[in-house]
Amino acid sequence: MIEVRHLVKRFGVKTVFKGLDFHVQSGEFVVILGPNGAGKTTFLRILASLSRPTSGEVRIYGYAIPGQTSAIRRRLGVVSHQPLLYDNLSALENLHFYGNMYGVPNLESRVKEVLELVGLYQRRRDLVRTFSRGMQQRLAIGRAVLHDPQVMLFDEPHTGLDQEASLMLDAILREVAARGRTVVMTSHDLTRAAELASRIDVLSKGMIVASVPREDIEPDQLAGFYRQAISETSS
Amino acid sequence: MSDGITPKTIFDDSPRHDPGGAVKVYFRSIAAIIWKDLSMELRSRELLSAMLVFALLAILIFNFAMELDVKIRSTVTAGVLWSTFAFAGTLGLNRSMAIEKDRGCLDGLLLAPVDRSAIFFGKAVGNLVFMILVEMIVLPVYSVLYNVNLFHWGFLLILFLGSLGYTAVGTLLASMAIHTRTRDVLLPILLFPVVIPVLMAAVKASNGFLQGLAMIEIMPWINILIVYDVIFTALAFVVFDFVVEE
Repeated sequence: MIEVRHLVKRFGVKTVFKGLDFHVQSGEFVVILGPNGAGKTTFLRILASLSRPTSGEVRIYGYAIPGQTSAIRRRLGVVSHQPLLYDNLSALENLHFYGNMYGVPNLESRVKEVLELVGLYQRRRDLVRTFSRGMQQRLAIGRAVLHDPQVMLFDEPHTGLDQEASLMLDAILREVAARGRTVVMTSHDLTRAAELASRIDVLSKGMIVASVPREDIEPDQLAGFYRQAISETSS
Repeated sequence: MSDGITPKTIFDDSPRHDPGGAVKVYFRSIAAIIWKDLSMELRSRELLSAMLVFALLAILIFNFAMELDVKIRSTVTAGVLWSTFAFAGTLGLNRSMAIEKDRGCLDGLLLAPVDRSAIFFGKAVGNLVFMILVEMIVLPVYSVLYNVNLFHWGFLLILFLGSLGYTAVGTLLASMAIHTRTRDVLLPILLFPVVIPVLMAAVKASNGFLQGLAMIEIMPWINILIVYDVIFTALAFVVFDFVVEE
């Protein structure tokens, strides 16, 4: 499903990844934990084909990055820190716009479905700039699932969300997993990782330094596991 | 909130991609970007108002600064107008790409499963429309201020060809500059050396039409404009993917 071999990424003289390996099976829900600056966002941007690897092999569904990125992007849904929405368009217009960009058929009915799903149908004609951060993130999730992607990438999606929006996002994440979609999510939240993930990886200093299936670790052991993984790379 | 979420509505395993084909999606994406830019501008008027105010102030300043007699006016008209459009154009190009960058929307565009040249063409056509709108407002004002008749079919054709080349190169370079912190300063520095051929050809051809020169004297400049437009549009088509990717 997702195969990353010997990934190297450099920005000028700074090397972010020095030969990272990462594999995800179909239907897995992988949460990547790591301190600030570990490279989590850069890694997801490479998987999303927004950033070009310096060297190494990245394949999703057998399609290579770079080279076959259109085929990959058709299967990807991405939710990042930023909602990727236009402030001066309404919720309805934003989804119509992205639906056209993705070539979603029966767009009218699909947009209606998605707006109802994220609880914004009543506010569909309001401009996004009038939405709260939580509402914008809900619409961002609607944008990401509009084309029914098989792989979803979430980059710290709970950042800045209130309790209600976080619970809604959790419900969507659980449903995504239940429907057999593959998920890679970065997070700082160990509790959420324990609740949602089928596998937990720790990224530090550009390397996956620890990886454990969720069933092999108790929730109360997760903090110790994480601290130990980080300290081993720091020493 | 979660009660309203039913698995069937999010992921019902029905096909989510238009079977109409990649070409149809490609052109639909271009149209969607143009529609989006025009709709947003209709609401905010940020881009057009900045370009228009700058352009009108510029021709007003030229009017007072140069105290031209009737004979000289006709010879400098093309130069004054193209200088004004070129400077006003950078404001529009910068703002057009800043809208995409500021809220991360450029990533949203780049994530779409369409050839990234569609993003270039959508943005470039949008920028061209804005530039032509500004020109259509500035021309009558200039005509009144300078008492020069500008509504000549040949001059209007040159305006279109020059604006096309300018926005093609400008959109490409604005896409590069947008990744830098000094984008507002960087764009003119990158753009003006590259658009010198198109500005030179546009000024010469415009002058030719406004002074009633024979077509045989104007045609070489029109040819330069056409060749420039074709080369830079083709170049942008090829390199845009590399320009916007990290």
